[in-house]
Amino acid sequence: MSESHAALAHQFDDPQQQAEAVTLGIWAFLITEVLFFGGLFTGYAGYRANYPQAFAEASHHLDILLGGINTMVLISSSLTMALAVHAAQSGKRQALVAFLLATIFLGVVFLGIKVIEYGHKFEDHLVPGRAFTFPGPHAQQVQLFFSFYFAMTGMHALHMIIGIAILSVLVVRAWRNRFSAAYYAPVEVTGVYWHFVDIVWIFLFPLLYLIGRH
Amino acid sequence: MQPEFALFPEKASTLAARVDALYYFLIAVSGFFATLIFLLVIYFAVKYRRRSATEQPQPIEGDLRLELLWTILPFGLAMIMFGWGANLYFSASRAPSDALNLYVVGKQWMWKIQHPEGRREINELHVPVGQPVKLTMTSEDVIHSFFIPAFRMKMDVVPGRYTTTWFEATKAGEYHLFCAEYCGTKHSQMIGRIVVMEPVQYEQWLKNGNGTASMLGEAPEVAGARLFQEQRCVTCHGADVGGVKLGPSLIGLFGKTVQLQSGESVTADEGYIRESILNPMAKLVAGYQPIMPTYQGQIDEEGLLQLIAYIRSPGKTAEPAGETRAEQ
Amino acid sequence: MSTAAIEAHDDFPTPTAPREHYLNVNYGVKSWLLTTDHKRIALLYLTSITLFFFLGGFFAVLIRLELMTPAGDLVQSETYNKLFTMHGLIMIFFFLIPSIPAVLGNFLVPMMIGARDLAFPRLNLLSWYIYVLGGLFTLCAAVFGGVDTGWTFYTPYSTTYANSNVMLTAVGVFITGFSSILTGLNFIVTIHTMRAPGLTWFRLPLFIWAHYATSLIMILGTPVLAITLVLVALERGLHIGIFDPALGGDPVLFQHLFWFYSHPAVYIMILPAMDVISELITCFSRKRVFGYSFIAFSSVAIAVLGFFVWGHHMFVSSQSVYAGLVFSILSFLVAIPSAIKVFNWTATLYKGSVSYETPMLYAFGFIGLFTIGGLTGLFLASLGLDVHVHGTYFVVAHFHYIMVGGAIMAYLGGVHFWWPKMTGRMYPEGWARLGALIIFIGFNLTFFPQFILGYLGMPRRYHMYPPEFQILNVLSSAGASILGLGYLIPMVYFLWSLRYGAVASANPWQAKGLEWQTPSPRPTGNFPETPIGTEEAYNYAPQEAEVV
Repeated sequence: MSESHAALAHQFDDPQQQAEAVTLGIWAFLITEVLFFGGLFTGYAGYRANYPQAFAEASHHLDILLGGINTMVLISSSLTMALAVHAAQSGKRQALVAFLLATIFLGVVFLGIKVIEYGHKFEDHLVPGRAFTFPGPHAQQVQLFFSFYFAMTGMHALHMIIGIAILSVLVVRAWRNRFSAAYYAPVEVTGVYWHFVDIVWIFLFPLLYLIGRH
Repeated sequence: MQPEFALFPEKASTLAARVDALYYFLIAVSGFFATLIFLLVIYFAVKYRRRSATEQPQPIEGDLRLELLWTILPFGLAMIMFGWGANLYFSASRAPSDALNLYVVGKQWMWKIQHPEGRREINELHVPVGQPVKLTMTSEDVIHSFFIPAFRMKMDVVPGRYTTTWFEATKAGEYHLFCAEYCGTKHSQMIGRIVVMEPVQYEQWLKNGNGTASMLGEAPEVAGARLFQEQRCVTCHGADVGGVKLGPSLIGLFGKTVQLQSGESVTADEGYIRESILNPMAKLVAGYQPIMPTYQGQIDEEGLLQLIAYIRSPGKTAEPAGETRAEQ
Repeated sequence: MSTAAIEAHDDFPTPTAPREHYLNVNYGVKSWLLTTDHKRIALLYLTSITLFFFLGGFFAVLIRLELMTPAGDLVQSETYNKLFTMHGLIMIFFFLIPSIPAVLGNFLVPMMIGARDLAFPRLNLLSWYIYVLGGLFTLCAAVFGGVDTGWTFYTPYSTTYANSNVMLTAVGVFITGFSSILTGLNFIVTIHTMRAPGLTWFRLPLFIWAHYATSLIMILGTPVLAITLVLVALERGLHIGIFDPALGGDPVLFQHLFWFYSHPAVYIMILPAMDVISELITCFSRKRVFGYSFIAFSSVAIAVLGFFVWGHHMFVSSQSVYAGLVFSILSFLVAIPSAIKVFNWTATLYKGSVSYETPMLYAFGFIGLFTIGGLTGLFLASLGLDVHVHGTYFVVAHFHYIMVGGAIMAYLGGVHFWWPKMTGRMYPEGWARLGALIIFIGFNLTFFPQFILGYLGMPRRYHMYPPEFQILNVLSSAGASILGLGYLIPMVYFLWSLRYGAVASANPWQAKGLEWQTPSPRPTGNFPETPIGTEEAYNYAPQEAEVV
């Protein structure tokens, strides 16, 4: 059987208190993330309301196919993450490692597709800054759209990278048998974080990619 | 201006006395409550000072009636203060319709003021007594703030948009003009004087300058008319081309309600005109094609103000193009 | 100083420190830098914020020296602009925001609820390291020539026009924000999940309520500042035009995003201070606080309402008149809970047994100065009046009355009060009272003239000013020198007391509260067994008490 980590930290009175604290902790952290992305969403919403045509035009230059694929990839990774948590809960080490690896793989695929998309934008001179060019009267507002596009998807990608790093650490620990049915809080907490990152994308995708498309 | 030490600023506008009245009211209320608290604290601290090391007072949980009293009473006073202040603020934001229209452009680190008759000033503003003056202002670079303490008037000056404020001076004299929003190295030197004159002297000053550092240039609407030609605005906003209207007529436009393609309607004020020149697609007028080019980068803030002055000037004809078009 | 001063408070004839406690359980730099004990972390914070306080104070001294004369003759304008910017940044982000929560809160929150430590001790240590890292970035910015945007970073000046170390500073403040977020997160989880059995919410000391409300603000507000600074940095680095109108952006959007955090931030700075005062007043009147639940709910009300008033910094910014109305009325509403607290504290003194030890002197000072500061907030909330005094020294005076006359006095009162618990030593009472008095006098002389200056029209952030403002400026600068001296005095005697101060007993003030129930200084795990909460908070009562 697996050797579980003793894992009751000294400040807690009992495992229930510890579990409660850890769960509340990750949710409180996610609320800070909501506010963090919220600032970006607010700025975006303001400008989109002011420049609807320019933003629609800019949005049409985003690759909806790649974006759609990425959405599916991320949703699948949430599935594998949930399965990983379930495996941890059941004390199944191999399944846990497999699902964590699957989640990492899907996350890397997502980032890879993002790199391709960013590459296309770079070639099309749609990256804000000195190299930005866009025909038509709306160039300035289109640049504004792309500033938000890169800021929002970039911030999201950063959170994905951090998530993948944490998942990698978890894979190593899972492989070394550190988790069991009695102790799997880190997996659960990471799962909550990963689902959150997925949900942010679920908001980002329609807001950025699907303006004015029917 | 007051070179001597004073505890209160001079009152030199119709608003000043009203603002001061609110100020005195707030001082009275605050003074009353602050004094009350100070006296109570001192009184209780002395009367109930510890007399023996072992004394232990009875616990008192609280008293709902007192809590209600000191919640409701401050709330009521606060609402009075709010209402009074809001009323003042509304007055300060709505200029009377007979106000003189002056334009102010702020930039690091000076104020440029344009009188409609053509006189321009730098860091000085001459105005007549007893005449409402409306300022339409913008910045060429960072955010500044146009502040005249003696008038109790202040309004930020923001790049990319117009802000407006107004005052009516009541007392001849010279008063401070300050920039009140930090704007860089010489923020504290972005100051000037407001010179309030009797109306007769003001008219004289407008014509002659009276030895001040102002300049008499063309009236902004004249400069605006010239720009209107130079920038070829007249091509689309002049006479129809073969019976087709390329651009909306600008006759009597100022202050009218305009129907936009999006279904909304807006009032054609200074901000609308400025935006339409710099970002024509933002508010496309219903029934017209999106063919107007942007003039961003081609016309500076002063030019924009001149065009606005031209468009709003009474008796302007939007058809100076009849003959001149043929020359283009 | 002699031990005579504490004998009256003593429980034991000759107090001795417990054999092993958190300070001596192990020695060495590593045991401090890698500690997870909340009490040690509190002292780490105490040391670092004190260093920043004196740095920020030094800049203030230079500012007041320059302002003695109307001309800009001490330093150049650019330098002066950097001085007031750095003064604001350091005092707000590196002193005031951490002060009470990170020092007193870290030290006391677990003890007051009967816990061995906070919920996440390693996160707690991490928060200190993050704070230090952010501080180092900002110090680098200072060393490399400073930043001159004002602590408010208004755009487009900060994104496009400033030639100073904006990026470095923005990064420093961004990093430090995470320290705040982690501290708040830790407090929220600890207070929710680790209270001793029997300690219901309404038996908690008000200090805990305040820290809970403050932590809500920390976790909800700080992320918005973080993203705002990211956008400023992006714009400055890549010229992308989010806030620069020349590139299609909106400079006022920055102000909305910035003040959405920075207004609640001021409540981060004052809420903990208010309930330090609750602790002090109850102890030194030997009486239960008057209106406990009203004070508790007021803390939460301030935290919540505080998120909806940010536009009162923008009444003349080109914000719509109707927005102004909404923000004005809400700003008046948020003042009411503070007023309720002041009345309740005053009522606590009634029929109490009041003594005048130094912590209580600071509490008295707080009530007076916070009242003035809070009342002047009403002047600013009032639209028509704010148009005149916005951007002038009236605002500067208002916030210094609250931040310095309020928050710093409460902080000092709290440090004096809990000093014996933290260090096992008593500070010298006579010198402490003198220090409190000098601070009070110096403070009022420094800042009261500034109200007058503001109404006269002297704008803030002015390097030079018209000569008629000089007298008031000289008064203010004179006060500043007294205030500075006043702050040095506790610095000296606190250090002195660590070695030579009288050894303190477990409860020299005979205060109620779980933190006083075991020896001073505490052993590392606080309580040998988890206590059980059976009493109401502030249960100062005679044996056969009849509750009125």
